Amino acid sequence: MAQATLDIPAKKLWGGGTSPFGASYGKLMMWFFLLSDAFTFSTLLVSLGYARHVHADSWPLVEKVFHHFPFTHAHLPLLYVGLMTFILIVSSVTMVLAVDAGHSNDKKGVLFWLGLTVVGGLVFLGSQAWEWYTFIVGADGVMKTVVIDGEVKEILVQGANLQYNEYGHTLFANFFFFITGFHGFHVFSGVVINAIVLYQTYQGIYEKRGHYEMVEKAGLYWHFVDLVWVFVFTFFYLL
Amino acid sequence: MAQHVADQSYEYSHAHGPRTPEQSRAVRRKIGMVTLLLSVITIVEVLVGIYYSKSHVSAGTWTMIKWFYIVLTLVKAGYIVLVFMHLGDERKNLRNTVLLPMLLIVYLIFIALFEGENIIQYVQDLMK
Repeated sequence: MAQATLDIPAKKLWGGGTSPFGASYGKLMMWFFLLSDAFTFSTLLVSLGYARHVHADSWPLVEKVFHHFPFTHAHLPLLYVGLMTFILIVSSVTMVLAVDAGHSNDKKGVLFWLGLTVVGGLVFLGSQAWEWYTFIVGADGVMKTVVIDGEVKEILVQGANLQYNEYGHTLFANFFFFITGFHGFHVFSGVVINAIVLYQTYQGIYEKRGHYEMVEKAGLYWHFVDLVWVFVFTFFYLL
Repeated sequence: MAQHVADQSYEYSHAHGPRTPEQSRAVRRKIGMVTLLLSVITIVEVLVGIYYSKSHVSAGTWTMIKWFYIVLTLVKAGYIVLVFMHLGDERKNLRNTVLLPMLLIVYLIFIALFEGENIIQYVQDLMK
């Protein structure tokens, strides 16, 4: 299998007629796209770190902000975000199993595991919608001194928007909306891509083609979305 | 006249062809182990986050916890990329092409750490 093709001499490897990377065009381009996307997310997270450092005194303790859990009023810090992380990891695992089923040309297996992956993605998106809702609505609110049209005013700030939030510095809510929003949009497009691949699998397009590499490519994207969330989870919620 | 070249991506795929049941079992066992590891790490992170809140521990302990989180995150990321995304099974060419540019992110963090202080100072001077 793979090991036999590893020891091709460089001259033959780059001499044309064979893929020097041992990967098809589509897969290679997916890797390059993910690389550029990784840079985008790293700039977001680095600028988050910068903002936190500069405004350390007015940056809220994250576990004091995210302690809500659906259907209960108990104070459960970080548990909901932990659950979201777990959901995304599980949907990543079902994707691995879909890719694995594709390797053995098992159409039923691909349909089953890819279907579960789509469901997992939708559950994650739903969880994120609930989290945004809770964040925007807020709790009791706080009195804040703000400047409106050049006048200094004392107003009750409840929940969060892009200008004020009850939790801490304005940038805290801005980074929350931007980073989790940008990631959430990636999840959304991942679900759409997976759903299209699921439909094409159902139609038997890949069966006719003789291989399920499209599942592998969609899988790369989906795992990347999971990978980014691992970093967002650490650098936004835990630290 | 140029002849149409058929799609050969199946041949490029690193793990193709029928597998023995034994190989399939080994692959699934590996996936199961990695899943377990990722879940346990996440649970540990959440528990540490709950019981060792930044407001309850000393600055020194918090620094240690921060590094603890970062190391665990990198372990998780490594397993996702190498096992789930199968980068560990790809040819060295591809592996280096994807992983070496990541050093630029290390450089970005370096810039943020060493130039950030100057920018803060600059903005504070402007505010005066």
